Amino acid sequence: MGTNATTPITLDRLKPGQRAVIRTVRGEGPLAQRLLEMGLLAGEAVRMVRVAPAGDPLEIEILGYSLSLRRNEAAAVDVEHVQ
Amino acid sequence: MTTPPVDAAEPAPAHAQASAHQAPKAATPSTPMPTVAVIGNPNTGKSTLFNALTGLRQKVGNYPGVTVEKHVGQITVGGMTVQLIDLPGSYSLAAYSPDEMIAVDVLLGRIPGERRPDAVLVVVDATNLRRNFYLASQVLELGMPVVIALNMIDLATARNISIDAKKLAANLGAAVVPTAAATGVGLDELRAALDCAVKTPSAPTWQIFPALKTAAAELATAHSTPKSPLMAYEIERALLDVGAPAEARVVARQDAALTTALTATRESLSDGRPLAALEAATRYRWIAEQLAATETRGTPPPSWTDRIDAVLTHPVAGLVVFVAVMALVFQAVFVGAEPLMKGIDAGFGAVGEFLAEWLGNGILASFLVDGVIAGVGAVVMFLPQILVLFLFIAILEDTGYMARAAFLMDRVMRFCGLSGQSFVPLLSSFACAVPGIMATRTIPDRRDRLATILVAPLMSCAARLPVYTILIAAFVPAQLSVAGVISVQGLVLLAMYLTGIIAAIAAATVFKRLILRGPTPVFLMELPTYKRLRFRAVAMRLWDRAKVFLVRAGTIIFVVVIVVWALGYFPRSETLAANFEAQRETARTQTAAPATAETEADAEADAKALEARLAEIDAAEQMAQLEQSVFGQIGHAVEPIFRPLGWDWRISAATIASFPAREVVVGVLGTTFALGSDVDIDDAEGETKMTHALQSATHPDGRPLFTLPVALGLMVFFALCMQCGATLATIKRETNSWGWPIVTWFYMTGLAYVAALAVVHLTTAIGL
Repeated sequence: MGTNATTPITLDRLKPGQRAVIRTVRGEGPLAQRLLEMGLLAGEAVRMVRVAPAGDPLEIEILGYSLSLRRNEAAAVDVEHVQ
Repeated sequence: MTTPPVDAAEPAPAHAQASAHQAPKAATPSTPMPTVAVIGNPNTGKSTLFNALTGLRQKVGNYPGVTVEKHVGQITVGGMTVQLIDLPGSYSLAAYSPDEMIAVDVLLGRIPGERRPDAVLVVVDATNLRRNFYLASQVLELGMPVVIALNMIDLATARNISIDAKKLAANLGAAVVPTAAATGVGLDELRAALDCAVKTPSAPTWQIFPALKTAAAELATAHSTPKSPLMAYEIERALLDVGAPAEARVVARQDAALTTALTATRESLSDGRPLAALEAATRYRWIAEQLAATETRGTPPPSWTDRIDAVLTHPVAGLVVFVAVMALVFQAVFVGAEPLMKGIDAGFGAVGEFLAEWLGNGILASFLVDGVIAGVGAVVMFLPQILVLFLFIAILEDTGYMARAAFLMDRVMRFCGLSGQSFVPLLSSFACAVPGIMATRTIPDRRDRLATILVAPLMSCAARLPVYTILIAAFVPAQLSVAGVISVQGLVLLAMYLTGIIAAIAAATVFKRLILRGPTPVFLMELPTYKRLRFRAVAMRLWDRAKVFLVRAGTIIFVVVIVVWALGYFPRSETLAANFEAQRETARTQTAAPATAETEADAEADAKALEARLAEIDAAEQMAQLEQSVFGQIGHAVEPIFRPLGWDWRISAATIASFPAREVVVGVLGTTFALGSDVDIDDAEGETKMTHALQSATHPDGRPLFTLPVALGLMVFFALCMQCGATLATIKRETNSWGWPIVTWFYMTGLAYVAALAVVHLTTAIGL
């Protein structure tokens, strides 16, 4: 309990280089549907690759490809940080 | 969970029934041409494959009511011509805008007047089958023959990915062909597979999410009426895409009971989770099952993309490279295209002059020279900038850098409600809004694209520069400077560019809040791996854009030039013409008097003086004829409107007459200020003549026409106004509607007037 490995956080809180496992995409509607279609499914491994120089958007690696998404979009994704 | 192929009895709508997955016979001249829809994720090389298959046998059109371009090409397979329809790149058939709905409508045969395709070609990126198969899994359920192209197979091999295409084909019930469109690998096999798919069709009938399929089919049967049959797939989309066009459409066609039924079905299917989440999980599970048996991924070699991105998206190095690349693109469009444009201008000028000499002074000569040739010239003139810009866009997109540029710029552009993808189109618009607006095709979101199109013409384009320079040279003292270093002339020029930028930010913000209001578009953007550039692919894109511009926008521009010519030519006063002819005669007889020419040098001087005198008379005639033409009359008629800005009929007429394209405004000012339309302000003498004419122009009561406030007001008016038929023609062509060019014209003209009025009053008030 209380270790980093099990604390659920949102995807936008990951730091570049950190890896996590997706728990769920919250909400309904176009954003949630698009995130799921792009492969952000429960149990899928994700890595924060980098943050754009202006602090937004973010680049993540998922299903072996690079995806750019905005911070507020990433905030709809709950992940479990793994070391 | 998944049901292997049996039968997906899809009730097709009446007009689609003829073609819907009944075995089409081998095409004879009497049967319609077999059609194959081409679909795939962005960045799969779909367009490259489409181009490689069809070559130059392509047509570009529009679908009714949307901004999506319709690309249709033809190929010959097995002695038969097959039509290919290239659908917009998408990750899924889920459709949240009318533009996204096009793919669904084409696949279901719901486009009015068009048959349902006989087969579908799904282009997938062989290096990323998992995500690419999401769309493929949706297509495999439509009950149509499917051919899958495993494109970029060479890159997959290089990454130690091996795919058992035969096994995959057998398992899926669809032809699977490894291809590398960029190098031509697998194209013959692909043609053979397409041939087979249309000649001896066999459609896979997957039910990946059977509960959904069954529920949708039941709803479709229950709510169909003979007059308005529902297709099960339409109901499926309506169930999945909550509040999207598919739902709105079926609900609008049917009774309100359907709405209740849709909600109830969603609830019963999803047990608490959103239905879309269940669909995604189900599909990805199915994909994993399919790929487990057919795809093996070895250890990938170190990726170049990672290493390149470490530099290109670096906070410092990345921005330095970005600025350098954008500066290069801008320079190339702004300066690089100029020699070509000058050449075209000179070429058309020479043809015009030759014709004018040959045909004399009549109406036919004027029509051919100032109407037809000028019209063709006005169209062709844009080609160099379009080609140069699209050369760079093709390079940036095909290598993969464009997505990085959008990644770097997104935060900044979002400041005014746009996205990172708006940056390059807006930057290009500083050279010319025509190619800039054409470049908005790369913006995926419809509302972002429209907002970008609406504000792009506010960027001060190259054609406004001569207006600024001539007015600044004439009315802002050259010796004025701030702290002895920064010239005020330079500052005024900078202020004009800033005026446009600030107005664009404000306008974009307002548009996104008012007429283009809606939920923030989803920005999810794939950052594709960097790829080698292929000359052929770039050349095909340039050819495509040039053709689209010449045929679709070019015809409108040409008509505008002809109309403007007619308005400036008619009615022609014979009395005036005779009058000026008499003046010319007098000048000639005076010089011709032999006694005055005593030496050869004198004779030469006389000849020169005569030439100058004749040019003066010509210019005066042009102006006099223009004044009593329809344009002159309009100029006089609108004078009261523009009087608060300090304008007289000449400025009004010049502003209106410059409508075909801003390029012509210097020529029109030349005419209205009696210098002749061929005044060349690039030449020092021409510029002096022009500045002098403007400085000495007066109102009828003798007051100087131009004061500094009036000149500044005119510049601001030009910075913000929409006096450019070419831009409006391009907006019409890119939005596929006359509504948007009309909106653009009204808002920009209104903005220009108010801003110019404010400038005139403010500068007068502070005593300038």
